[in-house]
Amino acid sequence: MLALDRVSKTYPNGVQALARFSAEIRQGEILAIIGGSGCGKSTLLRAIAGLDRASSGTVTLDDEAIAAPHAKIGIIFQEPRLLPWLSVADNIGFGLADLPAAERRAKVARALERVGLADKAQAWPRELSGGQAQRVAIARALVPQPEVLLLDEPFSALDAFTRRDLQDHLLDLWADTRPTLILVTHDVDEAVVLADRVLVMRPRPGRLFDQIEINLGRPRDRNSPLFENFKRSVLTSLDRSLDRNVPDRDATQGPGQAMWW
Amino acid sequence: MISDAPVLQQTSEPADSTAAPSRLSRYARPLLGVLLPLILALGWEIVVWSGWSNGRLVPPPSRVFATIADLARSGELVRHIAATLWRVGLGFAFGVVAGTLLGAISGYWSLARRLLDPTVQALRAIPSLAWVPLFILWLGIFETSKIVLIAVGVFFPVYLGVMGAILIVDRKIVEVGRTFRLSGPAMIRRILLPAVLPAYVVSLRVGLGLGWMFVVAAELIGASEGLGYLLLDGQQLGKPAQILAAIVIFAILGKLTDWLIEVGAAPFLRWQDAFGRAKET
Repeated sequence: MLALDRVSKTYPNGVQALARFSAEIRQGEILAIIGGSGCGKSTLLRAIAGLDRASSGTVTLDDEAIAAPHAKIGIIFQEPRLLPWLSVADNIGFGLADLPAAERRAKVARALERVGLADKAQAWPRELSGGQAQRVAIARALVPQPEVLLLDEPFSALDAFTRRDLQDHLLDLWADTRPTLILVTHDVDEAVVLADRVLVMRPRPGRLFDQIEINLGRPRDRNSPLFENFKRSVLTSLDRSLDRNVPDRDATQGPGQAMWW
Repeated sequence: MISDAPVLQQTSEPADSTAAPSRLSRYARPLLGVLLPLILALGWEIVVWSGWSNGRLVPPPSRVFATIADLARSGELVRHIAATLWRVGLGFAFGVVAGTLLGAISGYWSLARRLLDPTVQALRAIPSLAWVPLFILWLGIFETSKIVLIAVGVFFPVYLGVMGAILIVDRKIVEVGRTFRLSGPAMIRRILLPAVLPAYVVSLRVGLGLGWMFVVAAELIGASEGLGYLLLDGQQLGKPAQILAAIVIFAILGKLTDWLIEVGAAPFLRWQDAFGRAKET
């Protein structure tokens, strides 16, 4: 279990990005964090990843405090961040440097197969499309079999079709080893498609505002009325988190178009 | 999706029949660049040969090549080339080692940069030839002062190149290294070195160019052998053909050594320009 206990972050310039954020995330849960810009959701993710230290409060994974990057925690960024001088296969194997070469090769080959890029093993990153590159990044993060995988707006730079493909693909990969997924997003559709639970954050300073359980089986039909209902409740909560009162807004939104910035 | 058509046609690879441009344009285009100097040389050759000019101050190409051949036959040429190459090589080596070390320290460690960089930049602002009198006073007129002068010329571009390259390594890529918990040395070996390599190769080539420039200066000051000596000797004895011969050899050697760096680095930089195909394991 991943436990966040009153995590706060104040940057040196005095801006308080995160104020006493607490949450408990079950092993294998898929959690989406959504909120307006400046609500500290990326700050929170970086604190969990051990990339930035919280000013106060603790992050613990199975009772082990996290203050630096941890072997059990993987992260996928908004950009693929592949190393341009390594082939696709070597990028995927980047985190396996300690394994014997044969074992590493086998794991990489299996991962390549799994993300459907076996034919690109020896390609350079620059030869990949945006979606392919992000799939390599997912494979690179998953291949050391982390217990927790953090995703920081991982699909926001992709076109709508590729984004849907990758959302489905991510769920498919998640089912293999069922790591905990913590996904920061600003796409309500994405949050409701993927998550067991959506946390809504409120900006200035960033803190928890609301949480919504998405009690829907998988695979989820993005066009079902139930799905629309969950989307609407997330959107309403988001609007309230920003002290907005626009009740008609949700009704005018077309299906599947709910991008919330 | 990126198409399979190579954007950069690599010379080392056989022409792909589907993507090969027409034979004429592939071979004719580089030749176009040679056309003008060739016509000028040939024209001047004809002018001198037909007696319109005696070619005393501007000798025709045939006389320049004859001079080179004469020098080669007497063994002089090898001696001069060897002397110059030795100076450039040694000066380049010292300059590169010092530039790389200090550049890496300044780039990696910000305290060192604050301490070191202002001084280095101030020294860089001094025209390097201004050091010559001091070097001669300190180190004598023989080899040491020459090699030090060349090393100074090579040092600055390498120092700047290494430091600049380290400073602009993408923070996001470094973060990837951090998430995989790379140790300091592993971070340098697996992230920083490959990331700075392209800029480093460029700075080596710039440094080498300056090395060739400074060897001429060093040899003009006082030397009994070397290509720069041939220049000076040609001037003092009124042998323009010898001067031009030395210039031609400088051009060839400069181009050749630059090409060696380029070719030597190419296998490590394939990820950069190998757009189309990558078939290495």
